[in-house]
Amino acid sequence: MTHNALSPGIVPGRLQAQDYEENFADLHEPLDDHEALVAADRCYFCHDAPCITACPTDIDIPLFIRQIATGTPEAAAETILGQNILGGMCARVCPTETLCEEVCVREVAEGKPVLIGQLQRYATDTLMAAGKHPFKRAEPTGKRIAVVGAGPAGLSCAHRLAMHGHDVALYDGREKPGGLNEYGIAAYKTVGGFAQAEVDWLLQIGGIKVETGKRLGRELTLDALRDQYDAVFLGVGLGGVNALGLEAEDKDGIADAVDFIAELRQASDLSALPVGRDVVVIGGGMTAVDAAVQSKLLGALNVSLVYRRGRDRMNASVFEQDLAASKGVRIITNATPVAIHGNGAVREVEFEYTDDTLAPTGERFRLPADQLFKAIGQALDAEGLPELDGRKIAVTGAGRTSVDRVWAGGDCAAGGDDLTVTAVAEGRDAAEDIHASLVS
Amino acid sequence: MADLTSNFIGIKSPNPFWLASAPPTDKEYNVRRAFEAGWGGVVWKTLGEEGPPIVNVNGPRYGAIWGADRRLLGLNNIELITDRPLQTNLDEMTRVKKDYPDRAIIASLMVPVEEESWKAILEKVAATGCDGVELNFGCPHGMSERGMGSAVGQVPEYVQQVAEWCKKHTDLPVIVKLTPNITDIRKPAQAAKDGGADAVSLINTINSITGVDLDIFAPEPTIDGKGAHGGYCGPAVKPIALNMVAEIARTPDLQGLPISGIGGVTTWKDAAEFMALGAGNVQVCTAAMTYGFKIVQEMISGLSHYMDEKGFTSVDQLVGRAVPNLSDWQHLNLNYVTKARIDQDACINCGRCYAACEDTSHQAISMSEDRVFEVIDEECVACNLCVNVCPVEDCITMERLAPGEVDKRTGKVVEEEYANWTMHPNNPGACAAE
Repeated sequence: MTHNALSPGIVPGRLQAQDYEENFADLHEPLDDHEALVAADRCYFCHDAPCITACPTDIDIPLFIRQIATGTPEAAAETILGQNILGGMCARVCPTETLCEEVCVREVAEGKPVLIGQLQRYATDTLMAAGKHPFKRAEPTGKRIAVVGAGPAGLSCAHRLAMHGHDVALYDGREKPGGLNEYGIAAYKTVGGFAQAEVDWLLQIGGIKVETGKRLGRELTLDALRDQYDAVFLGVGLGGVNALGLEAEDKDGIADAVDFIAELRQASDLSALPVGRDVVVIGGGMTAVDAAVQSKLLGALNVSLVYRRGRDRMNASVFEQDLAASKGVRIITNATPVAIHGNGAVREVEFEYTDDTLAPTGERFRLPADQLFKAIGQALDAEGLPELDGRKIAVTGAGRTSVDRVWAGGDCAAGGDDLTVTAVAEGRDAAEDIHASLVS
Repeated sequence: MADLTSNFIGIKSPNPFWLASAPPTDKEYNVRRAFEAGWGGVVWKTLGEEGPPIVNVNGPRYGAIWGADRRLLGLNNIELITDRPLQTNLDEMTRVKKDYPDRAIIASLMVPVEEESWKAILEKVAATGCDGVELNFGCPHGMSERGMGSAVGQVPEYVQQVAEWCKKHTDLPVIVKLTPNITDIRKPAQAAKDGGADAVSLINTINSITGVDLDIFAPEPTIDGKGAHGGYCGPAVKPIALNMVAEIARTPDLQGLPISGIGGVTTWKDAAEFMALGAGNVQVCTAAMTYGFKIVQEMISGLSHYMDEKGFTSVDQLVGRAVPNLSDWQHLNLNYVTKARIDQDACINCGRCYAACEDTSHQAISMSEDRVFEVIDEECVACNLCVNVCPVEDCITMERLAPGEVDKRTGKVVEEEYANWTMHPNNPGACAAE
């Protein structure tokens, strides 16, 4: 049976075959050689550049751009990757508009920043396409370290430890390494199987043994890891999803946005992936936007993203909000879900208007919904962890936890933004701290 | 719209923009198109002696350097003079001049340094009805190896001798085109004047290698693994050309020697600058080779607007206007004291001024934690480097200290009187101004 945008319910194949390809193509076409030179030439090579300060991994941006401008993109890539081993993914997913590009002096002066993200991608893609891995391992130290979680923090930590000559066991609960890079980012931001290609490239350093299907609190325990290894790094991310706290949250058609995104990322045939006609996404962060936009791209007729506060409070950047709007997602702000209606499956979601202090106004409205995605934040989901700070693992310095010889970084650790690039920085810095403590 | 009519040594053209002797003026087809586009005149690509035509290389004839977005900044060529039969060129010149009587056609000539050779070709070109001749003593490549082009232009005695022969054998105005590949441009200019030439044109191209192929280790442009120096032209050579034009214009013994300015003229403004420094008209090549003949429309409108703004009614009112202000270093006013000033509203906080001053100059710019850049008057020598490296136009300016103010760097009160090095107490040869 064929479906189209108007077909009710959650059904696959709402679009023509070529539409899927077009809709899920690269968000930004990669720069070609000439475009890269022109873009690079706009960089002023600022003194003590603000973009470097704004980058959580402190990449020397003016230097790598100058290296591109002078025809040495592979040298540029080494500058980038030396600071941020996942520079390729960060070039694709970093909210540059709120980091390096926001403070670019040309953004301040003209409203047109140097295309730092796209130039970074140009450099790292060039190096990876050449099949080169420019880092070498130091002499073996004989030290063994367990890294739990093969997402951005864990990969970054593992690579840096391996570089220092340590042997790393890299565990992950999922089937594939990569973490959110593989399972949690909109498909159009990382096309062509880039996440796995990047992991494969990263592992070329050697000295890292990947074991998937191993979850902390289930197949692994922190105590056992501490017994077996000289040090442990926890980069387990946030495996749990916050609930709306409403009745009937288990009705058919209601899912966690992260699961939808993961399913989409792993789908070999997007036309087989079912999506609702009337989709409602609740949340205001990147995950909410990724779920909403991809629902629209899969052919949903109406997609509403509903956030409880004002637009300026949304965690999704203005760029992401505009992207969603441009794809036809309706953004509704200042509305909190109060009830789910439907017989067996969701049919409508009822909201109440709320001001920025979340005080309800008493006015309510309903949105038709045959599919409802929850994207109101993730939570730590593991047991036997070090002490927490709020809802995350408490850390001091470069990721030291309350437990001796155990470090943590990335989304699971307290402090820092929950960004890929922040996770990479924390993984890297923890690795340096682990290294320093093991060799002293 | 200002009147741009030009009368250069009696040669009239509707505007002072001529195409220089070069590939754009190699044949009738191009020259007709150039005239249709609006060029005031052309110097036809250099004619040689009758006989077997010139042979050019069949590999690349040009090399280049580029700026941002591959904007061509400098061009180098190893092409020789026309490689078409002499008679073909003469016939075409005759036809074109007949159809465009109001435009200038100048024949560029290059033959061996023998009176008979010059006499013979002058007779032939005179028959075309052309308006004048230009003696190509400038091409620095290929023909110079055969004792022509710059090989002549580098020996003032030859320049004078050939100019004399030409004046003897033709009534046409004679322009001597000078090579810049020489230590003192005034010497061949003087020789041209002494030989009776009506004008000089300069500069011809500069000896150059545009680059090196770092894989095969050969100069560029590369022909079968080898390279030879070529002649450099385009925007990159303009400052060199301006100086040489001005040197001739301000030399007392060369006063009154008309100059046709050449070298990197790309816009109306370039042309106006050459003319202000003494050029009676300008010749253009690389800009046309880069963008096509249409650029002359911008040159015409731009110069016209400028003249209207200034109230000039004839291009002659512009010619030479900046020459009296070209001085020697020793006569510059040492009591003219300026300091860099940074317009904080215009500043985009890139810090280039700071890096340049701190690393390579006088440590006269401070940087605060929140990236505010300010000039330290106690250190600023007014070198202007910060102005030059600042990416924002007019963000940093040099402001003069008024007489009576104290220069915080020297602690001295700025004096009102003009005083130069010749009067300075540190100069052993100084004489007091009286």
